[in-house]
Amino acid sequence: MKVLWDLYSAWFRMGLFTFGGGYAMLPMIQKEVINKYHWATEDEVMDYYAIGQCTPGIIAVNTATFIGRKVKGDIGGIVATLGVISPSLVIITLIAGLITNFSDLDIVRHALKGIQVAVCVLMFVSVRSLFRKGVKNKLDFAVFVIAWVLAQFTGISTVFLVIAAGIAGYVRMRIQEGRA
Amino acid sequence: MNTFLLMCWEFFKTGLFAVGGGLATIPFLKEMSIKYGWFTLDRLTTMIAVAESTPGPVGINMATYVGYEMFGIPGAVCATLSLITPSIIVILIISRILDAFRESKTVKAVFDGFRPAVVGFILAAVLSIYQTAMLNSTGTFPAQFVEMINWKAVVLYAGLLALYLKKDKLHPLVIICLAAAAGALFSF
Repeated sequence: MKVLWDLYSAWFRMGLFTFGGGYAMLPMIQKEVINKYHWATEDEVMDYYAIGQCTPGIIAVNTATFIGRKVKGDIGGIVATLGVISPSLVIITLIAGLITNFSDLDIVRHALKGIQVAVCVLMFVSVRSLFRKGVKNKLDFAVFVIAWVLAQFTGISTVFLVIAAGIAGYVRMRIQEGRA
Repeated sequence: MNTFLLMCWEFFKTGLFAVGGGLATIPFLKEMSIKYGWFTLDRLTTMIAVAESTPGPVGINMATYVGYEMFGIPGAVCATLSLITPSIIVILIISRILDAFRESKTVKAVFDGFRPAVVGFILAAVLSIYQTAMLNSTGTFPAQFVEMINWKAVVLYAGLLALYLKKDKLHPLVIICLAAAAGALFSF
């Protein structure tokens, strides 16, 4: 039971403190999932993100399901996912019911502009850490640059990019096996 | 079919077919607006703005908002649960398959290929956030680049980054709260 409560409350916090989409959750995932509870490694989180890109649904939800299941089976996956959506249910219901002009309020707009800067700071540190863990050699670096350029400047679906990167990893293994 | 069940079904379909994260749900919501007239496109724009400016994954926030507007709290809960059900099922199945192939060298090699690409995608997403946070939307690039820079944001960024790098035990929330306060105080 304790584990389920930890899963629910940790993912509740991650949902509560994330502004933006699934990627913006990364600093919170590093804090809670990787450093605090040791539920997954940085590599595993990246794997879940890659799969989340190619499977239906919201990436934050997919990541919560993956990690919850890893910790405590199917029920853990469901509990973690319910945790990550709970804050949205509460906050949006309150805002929709009470402050209908929420996003037009000056103070909200200014605070959000500030929060965007905070997200930049947090993401800088997160990406730096991912880069150190995930990009280890020349081929990794090439895949990283190509994926970045295509995702940044073209409309190519990330699904295809993930598949292509997976194929590159497979081909590299075959080549290395051939040499061995 | 009554509208409540139809709404749940539409969100279930969205959860099943929207691949690539929360923003991928927007076209599905547009279609709901056009096909059924449950809400106007104008209302949808407001809902997207609120979903992006409140905590929580954007896709979840939008489902909750649309559900709430249509049927109050039961609508909010059911729309959101309908949206996430397909992905929970899909991910639980994929996890099971991955467990079975965990020791496979091929699977390991494929995932080794994924990781640097994921870092690339995240960098692309982050740079887009930098653009919105640090640049004013008016002006043409690159001629007026210097005028486009939002200096208040750059100063705040430098200060917070120095603080966060220096104290790595600091909770991300502290940075978020400081930035929100600065934004509100100095009218970002």
